Amino acid sequence: MKRFAGWTLSTPATLLVLVFLILPVLATIVTTFATTAGPFAPYLSFFGSGFRRTVLWRTIQISLATTAISVVIGFLTAYVVSRSPGWLKSILIIAAVFPLLTGVVVRSFAWLIILGKNGILNSALLSTGLINEPLSMLYTQGAVITAMVYLFVPLMVLTLVGVLEAIPDDLLQASASLGAKPTATFMQVILPLAVPGLIVGAVLVFTGSFTAYATPQLLGGEAQMVMGTLMYQQAMVTFDWVSASTIAAIMVVITIAIVLLMTRVARRLNPMAV
Amino acid sequence: MTRNIHPVLIALTVLVFIFLVGPLIIVLGAALSDTSYLTFPPQGLSLRWFGNIFEIEAFRRTIVTSLEIAFLSTGIALLVGVPAAYALNRYRIQLPGWLSTLFILPVLVPELVLGFSLLKNVATQFHAPIFISLVLGHSLLVLPYVVRVISASLAAFDFSIEEAAISLGSPRLKTFFTILLPNVRSGVIAAFILAFITSINDVSISIFLTGPGISTLPIQILAHMEQFFDPTVASVSVLLMGLTVAVMAAVERTLGLTFFAK
Repeated sequence: MKRFAGWTLSTPATLLVLVFLILPVLATIVTTFATTAGPFAPYLSFFGSGFRRTVLWRTIQISLATTAISVVIGFLTAYVVSRSPGWLKSILIIAAVFPLLTGVVVRSFAWLIILGKNGILNSALLSTGLINEPLSMLYTQGAVITAMVYLFVPLMVLTLVGVLEAIPDDLLQASASLGAKPTATFMQVILPLAVPGLIVGAVLVFTGSFTAYATPQLLGGEAQMVMGTLMYQQAMVTFDWVSASTIAAIMVVITIAIVLLMTRVARRLNPMAV
Repeated sequence: MTRNIHPVLIALTVLVFIFLVGPLIIVLGAALSDTSYLTFPPQGLSLRWFGNIFEIEAFRRTIVTSLEIAFLSTGIALLVGVPAAYALNRYRIQLPGWLSTLFILPVLVPELVLGFSLLKNVATQFHAPIFISLVLGHSLLVLPYVVRVISASLAAFDFSIEEAAISLGSPRLKTFFTILLPNVRSGVIAAFILAFITSINDVSISIFLTGPGISTLPIQILAHMEQFFDPTVASVSVLLMGLTVAVMAAVERTLGLTFFAK
């Protein structure tokens, strides 16, 4: 009885994931290999199209830029937050959690108000006389990257505050008492210990930006089509489900490959691991 | 512990937090504006755009749908997730390691792909109603949160208390409800709240599973924005931010907000 209790209790959740996630997603991927045109035809046509290659390349660029900026900003901010006195730390954590729990539509909409042709940034720049006519900031790669960084910095900060707080104070005291300057302690003790957390955070940001929909749709539009918006367009506007499935399969493969590869790298680079 | 931080770092942190909070304050300001277009700082204060939300039938309908889906999917996720989290903690040795990976799989699979696959291979192929597909999609979306939060509070639970009750003759099911559940109550509440807000805010799964007569609030906001650029969207956003504040207050009372920095 006891032997099977664990299995029995986890069966409903297992079935839910198996029947409504694994099987449907596998079916989507399998159909791309079972077209009448031959097993790899959808992939050949995806990579044969200059437009689609551009979309894939643009998605990778946007995701890499978002990840790099979020990692740097997130790490430095998390460092200051983790060294702040208690009351301030609570306020800063609240200020980071609030945007995190606010939906992606609301957060992207905010940037629509800021970056629009009659938006706040343009009004501000016009009134200071820095520019004479409003800049077109929406529907540019910069707009998408800015809003995505905005989306992911809180996640990065909160992940890294946890990581930095876990570093024992003894190590920092030891480093200081052996004569290391704060910068040296930061570079030689704190940074290496934070690397696994940085990698986990970077993976979250990269896969999140790579498969994003709402933000690139609102701030990039047709001009900055990415994998997510292209997939939606293929599925729901042109009703080309084979093409949409192909994009889905490419997204799944890239996401899972990066997660598996980077968690392995993170484990290897962990200086605390025995 | 060294507290001296380089002033440049402090300045940078201040800028980052202005960057994080500023845009949301701008949304709040835009929602209060008395003008018929979006502007900041608000010109004339007015609450009329909040009233406008409830005058638009599509907003009324999708608010109800979103709440229904959030309650149902969170309920399903708790119903299957609590026993699973219990099994993972209580019978850790008997169960294989991949089982816990299985329950976080919905985080690894892109939401867009899950939404599209549910549309293609469940809703269309088996003629499952769109509403049911939406609830299933959202249940999967929130399952990892439920399993993770409940597992975290079960990790602090001493299973020997449960053993003691059973050896004294308490039936297993009764023990579960009278001994175990009260001990992980804060975990269950926090899991419920986090799952609920995640479901309410979802775009990527729902975008494929909306059709004639059925839509969720975020999808309706997107649709409204394509046609009108008035402060209605800003006031809906403020309502959603109000929900966020309520959620944060509840999490603070149950797990403490440091939960997020783990």
